[in-house]
Amino acid sequence: MGNRFKNAEHLIRVALVFVVAFFVFLVARGLIVPKSFGQYGHYRGDALKDIAARTPLFAGREACETCHSEVADLKKTGAHAKVGCEDCHGPLGKHAEDPASVVPKLPDTKVLCVICHEANSAKPAKFPQVVSKDHAGGEACKTCHQPHKPGLNGDSK
Amino acid sequence: MSTTRREFFTKATEYILLTGAATTAWEYLLAGNAEASPNYKTTEHWWAMIIDIEKCIGCGNCVRACSEENNVPEGYFRTWVERYYIPDDWDAQAETPQVDSPDGAIHGFDDVKRDKPGKSFFVPKLCNHCADSPCVQVCPVGATFVSPDGVVLVDETYCIGCRYCVQGCPYGCRFISPTTQTAQKCTLCYHRITKGLTTACCEACPTAARQLGDLKNPKDPIHEFLRTHSVQVLKPHMATGAKVFYNGLDESVR
Repeated sequence: MGNRFKNAEHLIRVALVFVVAFFVFLVARGLIVPKSFGQYGHYRGDALKDIAARTPLFAGREACETCHSEVADLKKTGAHAKVGCEDCHGPLGKHAEDPASVVPKLPDTKVLCVICHEANSAKPAKFPQVVSKDHAGGEACKTCHQPHKPGLNGDSK
Repeated sequence: MSTTRREFFTKATEYILLTGAATTAWEYLLAGNAEASPNYKTTEHWWAMIIDIEKCIGCGNCVRACSEENNVPEGYFRTWVERYYIPDDWDAQAETPQVDSPDGAIHGFDDVKRDKPGKSFFVPKLCNHCADSPCVQVCPVGATFVSPDGVVLVDETYCIGCRYCVQGCPYGCRFISPTTQTAQKCTLCYHRITKGLTTACCEACPTAARQLGDLKNPKDPIHEFLRTHSVQVLKPHMATGAKVFYNGLDESVR
């Protein structure tokens, strides 16, 4: 009877090594893997918070309209009703946060307007476009067109 | 000793079985999910975008806005605009379409005189935020993922820069940042949409050719648009579950 378990001691030692290694693995894994890993799926859940934490540069037109309501009202009546404020004036999140510290620069209409309105054969045909050289001859666009309501005098748009 | 043998074994088993991620998941289950923004619930949104080709004028405002908003390295693009030119006698079977996108259209497009008559149009492109994304499937370390609100994101702290996802994306929307050596891509301005703002490209689009939409919000105008327009996604045969819907997309667009 005793002979049968003569060599069991070796097996028990191997088993013990495996058990210890398994526990070491569990502890190491618990320490290394971030706590939020697996919160939503096979990735670090806190990554969502990290990515969402950045500060936006563009304030959004709603922010502009809270102070500049008179411009917003004028713009609504013209052809540029759907054009956002920062499309032309640039990202102004800092100005919206602290209007005194960052004062936006007035864009030059000679450079600004042609970004959209210079004639290009790939643009949709119904979009208003001109060959600026022939159309204005170097004159600034705002001489005739008010950017917030670009229609000419008497024109409803 | 106030701990009984039974309590000791219960606690010990809990610690052993619920290590790492499992412990966290368990704690979240018990505590209820804490979210990044107090009023923003990831489970209440499923983001998509509509792009109206008939409205795009190729001004490049979206590209510039994206670069500024996300501090995109120079020469790389998270969104860009392509110009297609299809001659009238174009053979769809034999020829590839003529496409150009100078500097991703960050400075817009100069007009080009064509010899042959044909049609020309602009196609803005960005990450399609696929619901079943190839780039997520190939990531070996769990650095890229589809968020619970349907945005494909990259965890920069986990990315090892192996470039599998860059090759995996059928739309060419990813690149390795020269500064961080990690994969970068459109985040659908996740830092903006979680705060109730629209994306920088949509904010900057003067013709409203790009519009962000929330498919889980029944009041979102995207539903009306999808009902009344016959929209398409890019490379539908790849079954990526792309969520950027194009209106007026030409058959030649790849």
